[in-house]
Amino acid sequence: MSRPGRLPAAPGREAIARKGWLAAHRWLLLRRACQLGLLALFLIGPWFGVWFIKGNYSSSLTLDALPLTDPYLLLQMLAAGFVPAATAVTGAAIVAVFYLLVGGRVFCAWVCPLNMITDAAAWSRRRFAIKASHAPDARTRYWFLAGTFAAAAVTGTLAWEWLNPVSIAHRGFFFGMGAGWLLLAAVFLYDLLVAGRGWCGHLCPMGAFYSLLGKTALLRVAAPRRDACDDCLDCFAVCPEPQVIRPALKKAGQESPVVYSSLCTTCGRCIDVCGQRVFRLTHRFDQRSSS
Amino acid sequence: MSAAKSAERAGAPEKPGAFPLRRKFLAGLAGAAGGGCLMAVGAGLYARQNRALPALALRPPGALPEAQFLAACTRCGLCVRGCPYDTLKLAAPGDPVPTGTPYFTARGVPCEMCDDIPCVPPCPTGALDPALTDITRARMGLAVLIDHETCLNFLGLRCDVCYRVCPVIDKAITLDRQHNARSDRHAMLLPTVHSDYCTGCGKCEAACVLEEAAIRILPFPLARGKLGGHYRKGWEEREKHGGSLIGEQVELPVRGLENRPYGDASRIPDEAPAPAGGDPPPGSSGLDSRWKP
Repeated sequence: MSRPGRLPAAPGREAIARKGWLAAHRWLLLRRACQLGLLALFLIGPWFGVWFIKGNYSSSLTLDALPLTDPYLLLQMLAAGFVPAATAVTGAAIVAVFYLLVGGRVFCAWVCPLNMITDAAAWSRRRFAIKASHAPDARTRYWFLAGTFAAAAVTGTLAWEWLNPVSIAHRGFFFGMGAGWLLLAAVFLYDLLVAGRGWCGHLCPMGAFYSLLGKTALLRVAAPRRDACDDCLDCFAVCPEPQVIRPALKKAGQESPVVYSSLCTTCGRCIDVCGQRVFRLTHRFDQRSSS
Repeated sequence: MSAAKSAERAGAPEKPGAFPLRRKFLAGLAGAAGGGCLMAVGAGLYARQNRALPALALRPPGALPEAQFLAACTRCGLCVRGCPYDTLKLAAPGDPVPTGTPYFTARGVPCEMCDDIPCVPPCPTGALDPALTDITRARMGLAVLIDHETCLNFLGLRCDVCYRVCPVIDKAITLDRQHNARSDRHAMLLPTVHSDYCTGCGKCEAACVLEEAAIRILPFPLARGKLGGHYRKGWEEREKHGGSLIGEQVELPVRGLENRPYGDASRIPDEAPAPAGGDPPPGSSGLDSRWKP
């Protein structure tokens, strides 16, 4: 392995040359389409009067039939001492089962509206070669997660919802942002100037919650063609949680080519930027290697 | 996970080289724990400090009491989508209302008191109580005629707008006729709110013709006093009990009312007014007890 700090500034160049621009951005484009498409589904109601889905990512109602609720929010509600009605419980169960199967942090990469902001910060860091990083320990998020439940229990309110930039972002898009832009700008600047991938990768309790939910997820990224790896480090440069790659790619502590860590957001950027086509999206039990 | 790991490390035979590694591990763990807890404490304190609802922000019909509401509301805005009149808003950061929670301001867009209450059933958690099916039972707040000095009816005019627009007219707001002491020949019809019927919809506040409304909807904790739990109203207790609780009272004669039933102090219309002893001396209150030594 090369030393940290020697990561390529423009990862994916080789992939673009070998696979073409579109193939080298396939998962990124799909992900942006998913993120923006979800925002659009919520916005065509208030903008055009076509009500497909109402509410926001905290709780929603699709086609007046399918209720969805954020299970993390539901647990905070229970911690605050309120037992919600059946609709919210059903909605949270549906969401929880979905992320149990596809991987909790799929939310982070494919749904969370903050992802575009923190991705933009990460891209800018690479582009402008900003190296300084004072990221807190990556386990901080789990303590913070526990802390949000404790705060809910002590105050008897959904304390974290006052500040949660994730819900402030989606609620802002659908119902009016107010001064929420300041908070989103703060997250961007924190990621850009203070700590690389600092918010999503070290602090966000929501990401921590969803990573715990995704411990046994079926959908996984794997490195079946890891023998072709030419150590260009492009995947490490783009990965929001670079520590998850090594065990699968370099057989560090495991033989399997599957990325088991539930911190992997399944964003698929490693698949995009790899010129050697090392990675692919597969299921948990796919142990094929060098296919 | 981390506790198990550190225990495992503690149990392992100690090599000299293991110390810096363990120290680094523990320092990292302490940093993560400290940082995470610090952030949570900050969020908790912020939430605690900001949970008071400002006086002019009202919750949708059926909202649980404020403390419970802040635990129950997911801030999803489904009630806002249910409201056909753009009455409800979700508080954005910077608004003086807990972030993300629904509210309305009566002077802006008041509640139209829809018969089917379309904002309540969409609530997924029950923060808006689904048991509320009769909108006249909603208690979003209480109208208070807060300024007796600018209210036109108190000035002796016949504005009556708050009374006329009230959806529960003649129950929630009545006009209370009083003598106008200023002109001494007119009546004042004073808008009077009755908490048994007022839903706090805000139509009166929205309609008040003054530049700043003289009648306002206040949240219940601000609008209402509270009797001490030990208070008993004698007339209510007597009725419940079928007689005075403290037995018959000693009836002392009242000078000037000797030939009336006990307790009757009403004026008899054709009774001559008290003999005028000339004009009261200037500076006196005008009341004459007629007490002479």
